[in-house]
This record gives sequence, C-alpha cells and structure tokens, in this order.
Amino acid sequence: MKVAVTSQGTDLDATVDERFGRCHYFILIDPENEKFEVVENLGAGSSGGAGVQAAQFVAGQGAKALITGHIGPKAMEALEASDIEVYSVDSCSVREALARYKNHQLKPVLKAMVGPHFGTRR
Amino acid sequence: MIIAVASGKGGTGKTTIATNLALTLAENLPVQVLDCDTEEPNAHLFLKPTFETTEEVQIKIPVVNEARCLKCGRCTEVCAFHAIAVMGKRVLTFPELCHGCGGCLLACPTGAIKEAPKKIGVVELGYAGTIKFAHGKLAVGTPLASPVVKAVREKAERQRVVIIDAPPGTSCSVVNSVSGADYCLLVTEPTPFGLNDLVLAVGMVRKLGLPFGVIINRSDQGDRRIEEYCRAEKIPILLKIPFNRRLAALYARGGCIVEEYPEWKETFRDLWQRLQREVGYERAISN
Repeated sequence: MKVAVTSQGTDLDATVDERFGRCHYFILIDPENEKFEVVENLGAGSSGGAGVQAAQFVAGQGAKALITGHIGPKAMEALEASDIEVYSVDSCSVREALARYKNHQLKPVLKAMVGPHFGTRR
Repeated sequence: MIIAVASGKGGTGKTTIATNLALTLAENLPVQVLDCDTEEPNAHLFLKPTFETTEEVQIKIPVVNEARCLKCGRCTEVCAFHAIAVMGKRVLTFPELCHGCGGCLLACPTGAIKEAPKKIGVVELGYAGTIKFAHGKLAVGTPLASPVVKAVREKAERQRVVIIDAPPGTSCSVVNSVSGADYCLLVTEPTPFGLNDLVLAVGMVRKLGLPFGVIINRSDQGDRRIEEYCRAEKIPILLKIPFNRRLAALYARGGCIVEEYPEWKETFRDLWQRLQREVGYERAISN
C-alpha cells in the first residue's frame, strides 16, 4: 500500500506542494514503515494535460491514496476512474500530512476544487 | 507574392504595418489580407471589411466504444497530449487536450476508437473595398490555434499580393502563419523586450529558411540595440517609424495612417519597392 504526496522538496520535512499536476516532486510513501521514494514530476512544465499525466503516474505507481493541495477537473476524473482516494491539505509538511492521514483526520475530496490550469498561475 | 508580418514581442505594430501596406498597395494591385492571429484578430478593426461567409474549422477527436476496448493502453502511450487515458477499468478522453492527430485510432488494436468532429473555430471571409479579407477566430475555451491558422492560410490566392498578419511570439501558430511566405517582415521596437523577442523571431525564420527584414517601430525611443544587433547579424532594416502621438491616437480610434494622412503612402510605397528588391535578391541568390 502506497500513498502519493505532492511535495515542494525531496524529504518528509518539505512542504506539501499545493499543485497536483505541476508539483515539483511526488513522494511515494509506505505508511506502515514510512519508507519513501522521491520522483521528480517531469510533467510540471508541460503546456497542457499536466493533471492527467500526473494522475497516470500516480496510478501507474500503484498508489491507493493521494495527498495534495488542489485538484482540477481532469485530474479528478482520472483519479476517480482509478479508484484513488484524494485528500487535500493546507500548507504543512509531508510528514504532518502523512500523520493526519494515518489518524484519519483528512477528509476525502469528492470533486474538483479548482478550475483547469490552476497550477499554471503560480 | 506572400508577405508575412510577424514579431516576437506583441504590440510592436504588426497590424499597423500589415493594414497600411495593404491599403497603399490596393490602389494599384489586387491585395488580400489574412489575419492569422486567431486568438485576437484585430486587422478587421482597421480595414472594416464586410463579411460575406463563415466557415467552420473542425478537428477530429476520438470517441471510444468501451465494449470493444481491451484497456490495453496503447492509445494512452501514443498520445503526447494526454488527451486519452486508460485509468483503471475505464478509458477517458479529454477533448480540450486533443490535437486531432488520429494517432490513437492507428494504435488501437481492436478498432474501438472512432472519430467525431469538434468545432474549434471559424474563418470569416469578406472584402474591404477591393481588398479580399479573411481572418480566423478560435472558439472560446479552445487552446488549439494552429488548425484555424492553417484554414486561414489555405485561403491565400497567389494572384494577389497576400499580406499575412501573424500572431506575436514564435509558437506553432506563428510558424503556421509565416511558413511558405516569400518574405517575412519582423516588426520590433528598440527596447530590451523588443530585442529579446526579435532574436527569438529571427531564430524561427532562419530555421524556416524564410528571407526576412526588420521594421523598427517607435524607432526614436529606447536605444540603438536593435540597429546594432541587425548590423552584427547582417539583417536589413527596411523601415524605421519614429514615435508619433497623432498616429498613436489614430490607432486607438481604429483609424488607418494612410487614409488619415495620405502623405504616409509614400513611406509604404517605398517599403513595397524595398520588399520587391529584397525578394528578387533572395530569389537570385537561391537559384
């Protein structure tokens, strides 16, 4: 069981990246033992379709849950189709987000929170 | 002859050059203006054509028959734009990301994908006096300009002097606007932004193998960096237009320089002479 978290940096103390499709890194964590793997988001600079691309990546990694900041309509549709639970956090560390996930303190996101191209505006 | 008017930077005066050159030439020659800035066409504001016909521009987007789909993911692999994605037990399509290449159809081993037309814009055609006019308008919410640009370019009539008003920048829509032109005018201004974007535009036209020259607008403002760059790169400067408050005010009212101030026709006739010499010279050295 793996959880994917969007991150601005490469360790668990980094801040969760509020963008999904255009986040800097994905941190793939096993919540049991907190072992993790960091993967750079190669789709961060693409002109379009970054959300779908990121959803494909997360699904391809076998993640069952995703923790991020905001999620757009195309990414949400793609993640839903893959039965990946989506959780949203306000600015906090990856470690803290994971702790809140494990304590069931995060509510799942059921629909897109932002419009398309949200991540290109910052 | 096809003359493309382009620029790296926006707001340098492409439309001013294109429309005033067209109006001047139209006194003696058959002229056609194609406004290829499909995201923000504006030449019609100055030439005020009467539009007679509207043609729809479509691309073909994939429609999946889920019953025949094996969820093999070949379509997803070939799509560079993430417009089709096998996710779990479903195959999703995102029409607004699709470029209409048809790659997914070829990749699908079971023929589960069919194509359906999607409207992405229109071409409007008409006349402004004797000037034959066409422009493209991208549909709202559609980011894909190139097919609309190509549809406008297909309207070019070789027996006329075709003047193309290109979009700013150096992206696909600009490449599609200027490709195949006999000459490209790059309009710029003597500012750091003007030079930075001119260098990019020069890189683009050189890669396309187009003969080109530079027009410096507001040439008495800023500094001499454009002239120094052009001298170093051996790029001809075809025209310099100093800043003129009356011309700026006229532009803001949607007026045309050569109509309001006919003495300017001489400037655009000179530009045309210079253009013909440049095109002739380029043809001579390429033969």
